[in-house]
Amino acid sequence: MNELIFFFNNVIVSGAVLGCVYALGAVGITLIFGILRFAHFAHGDMMTMGGFITFVLAGLVTAAGIAFPLPTGFVVLPVAMVLAALIALGLDKAFYAPLRLRGAKPVTLLIASIGVTLMIQGLIRLIFGTGTYTFFAEEPKRLIRIDTEWLGATRPIAMTEPHVLLFIVTLVSVVALHYFLTRSRLGKAMRAMADNPDLAQVSGINTQLVVRVTWLIAGSLACAAGTMLALDVTLKPDLAFNIVLPIFAAAIVGGLGHAYGAIAGGFLLGFAETLSVFNWTVLLRPISGIFPEWVSLPGNLSIVPTEYKLSVAFVILVITLLVRPTGIFKGASS
Amino acid sequence: MKRSLLLFAGLFVLVILVGLATGAPFTSRLLVEAAAYALIALGLNIQWGYGGLFNFGILGFIMVGGFATMFVSYPVNAAFWGSDGPMMLGRALLAFGAGALLVIGARRLDRFGITGKLRTTAIVLAWIFAYILYRSQIDPAAAYIESTAGFVGGLGLHPVLGWAFGGVLAAGVAYIIGKICLGLRTDYLAIATIGIAEIIRALIKNMEWLTRGTLTVTPIPWPTPLPQQLQTMGFDPSSSFVWARLGFFALVLIVLVLVLVLLHRAYGGPWGRMMRAIRDNHIAAGSMGKDVTGRQLEIFVLGSVLMGIGGAMLVSFTQILDPNSYQPINHTFLVWVMLIVGGAGNNLGAVFGAVLIWIVWVMSDSVSQGLFTIVSNWTEAIGWGAIPDITTRSVQMRVFVLGLVITIALRYAPRGLLPEVIRRER
Repeated sequence: MNELIFFFNNVIVSGAVLGCVYALGAVGITLIFGILRFAHFAHGDMMTMGGFITFVLAGLVTAAGIAFPLPTGFVVLPVAMVLAALIALGLDKAFYAPLRLRGAKPVTLLIASIGVTLMIQGLIRLIFGTGTYTFFAEEPKRLIRIDTEWLGATRPIAMTEPHVLLFIVTLVSVVALHYFLTRSRLGKAMRAMADNPDLAQVSGINTQLVVRVTWLIAGSLACAAGTMLALDVTLKPDLAFNIVLPIFAAAIVGGLGHAYGAIAGGFLLGFAETLSVFNWTVLLRPISGIFPEWVSLPGNLSIVPTEYKLSVAFVILVITLLVRPTGIFKGASS
Repeated sequence: MKRSLLLFAGLFVLVILVGLATGAPFTSRLLVEAAAYALIALGLNIQWGYGGLFNFGILGFIMVGGFATMFVSYPVNAAFWGSDGPMMLGRALLAFGAGALLVIGARRLDRFGITGKLRTTAIVLAWIFAYILYRSQIDPAAAYIESTAGFVGGLGLHPVLGWAFGGVLAAGVAYIIGKICLGLRTDYLAIATIGIAEIIRALIKNMEWLTRGTLTVTPIPWPTPLPQQLQTMGFDPSSSFVWARLGFFALVLIVLVLVLVLLHRAYGGPWGRMMRAIRDNHIAAGSMGKDVTGRQLEIFVLGSVLMGIGGAMLVSFTQILDPNSYQPINHTFLVWVMLIVGGAGNNLGAVFGAVLIWIVWVMSDSVSQGLFTIVSNWTEAIGWGAIPDITTRSVQMRVFVLGLVITIALRYAPRGLLPEVIRRER
C-alpha cells in the first residue's frame, strides 16, 4: 500500500500540478490563436511577469503588516490578474494592433511576439536581476497530510498548500470559462469569431471588443498560471520561458483554437511527463514474487531517463502532428 | 545598389569605430563571430527568404554542427579505442539498425494485406520493441564508456573536414525533420522545429559518452595557427592574437564569399525563380508541375547545411563545446533578428544584418553598463542611492535591446534595411 501512496504523491499529484499549469497557459494561447490567428510566443513571459507582479504586490502587503491565513501571494492574486490583463491589453495596443491594422501576415505577428518576449524578459531581468525569489520567505509553506491508516498504509498522502490552491484556481477558472463561453453573449461572440471572423463581423459582432476581451482573459489566466507556478517552485526570470514550448505543445495536442482541447492537452502532457520518468520498479517490487525466477527487477525502470523529461512533450507533439495534425479535438483550421 | 553601398560603407565605419573604441584583439574576435553568424543568417535566408519556410530550430542545427566539428577534429581517445567500448557501441548500432528495420517492416505490412487497425497496432508494437532493444544495448555501453574512457573522443582529423562534416550531419538531421514537418502550416512548423531543436539540445547535453555533456570538451583545434603557435614563431603576445584571429577570419571569409557568390547565382537562375514562385504561391507553382514538397525539402536541407557549417566554425573558434552555452535567445532568435533587420530574401541584406546585429548584441552590454553608471551616479547625487549590481543587470540589457530592435523593424521597416530586389523581365 505504501507504494501506491508513493505513486499518488509523486505521480498523480505532480502530474496534476504540471497539468494545471500547462492547461491554464494553453487556454490563453489557444484563445489568442482562435481569435487573432497567430501563435503568441510571449505568453510564457506574460506568465513570468504575472508572477513578478504578484510578488511585488505580496511584498507591499507584507510590508504593510497585514497577515492572512492563506499565502499572501494567493490573496493578492485577483489584483495582480487585473493588472496583468491591463498590461496584456497595452501590449496588444503597442505592438500587435498596428501590425494587424496594416494587414500583416500571422507570421509577422508571431515574430513580433518574439520581440515582445525578449523585451519583457529583458525588463524583468533588468529590474529583478537574475536571482531567484520565493513567496515563502516570511511565512511557512504549509503541508497538508491526509492520514491513510484506514487504507493500511503508514505513509500519509502529502500535498503542499500551493498545490491545493492551484487545483482550486484551475477548477474555478475552467468552470468560469466554460460558462462564459457557452452562456454569455460575449462568449458566444468569441466562439463565433473563432469560427469565422468575416461572418462574425457581418452579423454585427463588435470584433474589436472581442479582441480586447480575449487579451483580458489571456492576460489574467497567464498571471494566475505564473503565480501558481511560482508559489509551487520559486520565482525566477526564466520561470516560464522554459515551459512555453510544452504549453504550445499542449495547445496543439488539444487542437489549436479549442479551449477544452487545451485543458485536455495540458493534463495529458503533464501526466505523460511525470509517468514517463517515474521509476516503475517501485510499484513492481512488492509483487516481484509473481515473476519467474529468471526475471530480476532492474534498479531503474523508467521509460525515459529524467534528463529527457521536457523532451517527452515534444515527442508527443511531433507524433500528434504526424498522426492527427488537428489535435485531439478538431482545432481551428486556417 | 546605391543603398546597399551606402549601408555597407556605414557598417564599415561602424566596425572601424568599434575597433578604435575596443582595440584590435576584441574587434578581430567580433569579426570572426559576425562572419560565422552571417553564414548562419544566409542559411536562414535560403529557408525563409527564398523558400518561405519557418525554421525556429536554428539552435539545433548550430549545435549539430558544433558537435560534428568536435567529433572530427578532437584528438583520438586511445583509452576508448583500446577498451570494449567500440564493440559495445557496435552492438548498440546493430540494435538500432534492427529496430529501424522492424519499424520499417511494420509500416510496409499493408503490402501483405494487413491494413487498418492491425497495421497501426503492429507499428506501435514495433516502435516499443525497437526502443526497448536499443535502450537495452546503449545504456550499458554508455555507462561502460563513461566509467572507463570518459567519452568516445574525436577522430583527430583537420578541422575544415569537421566543418564539412557539420554541414553533412546538419543536412541529415534537416532531411529527417523536413520529412516530418514540412507538410505543416507555418505556425505548426515553427513550434515543431523548436521542439525538435530542444530534443537535439537535450540529446547533446545528456549523451555524455559522446559529447561529455556539461563537462564540456576543450580545447578543440583550430584550422589555422593558434596564437600560441604564432608566439613560438616570434610574434609578441598581443599581436599574435590579432594575427591568429585574422587568419581564422580569412578562412571564414573565403567560405562566406564562396557561398555568397554561389547563392547569388542560384537566386538569379531558374532554380531561384522556381523557389520564389513556390514561396509566393505554392498552389500555382504546383499546378505548373513543380514538385512543391520535394523542392521545399531541398531548400530546407540546403539552408540547414549552412547553419551546420556556421555552428561548426563558432565551436572551432571558441575551442569549446559547451551544451549549456546554447540558448534559444542567442542562437535562434538572434539569427531571426539579423535576417528581419537585414532584409529577408536579400543575401547581402542577411550578411549586413548579421554583422550589424552582432555588433549591437555585443556592444549593448558595455554601452548599457556605461548608461547605468551615469544614471546611478545621478540617482546617488539626488539622494536615491546607487543602482545595485550594475554589471549583472547591464548584461541583461541586450535581451531588451534585441526585442526592441525586432519590434521596431517589423513596424517601420518590415522588409528590412536591404529589401529583396524584385527584377522584372520585360
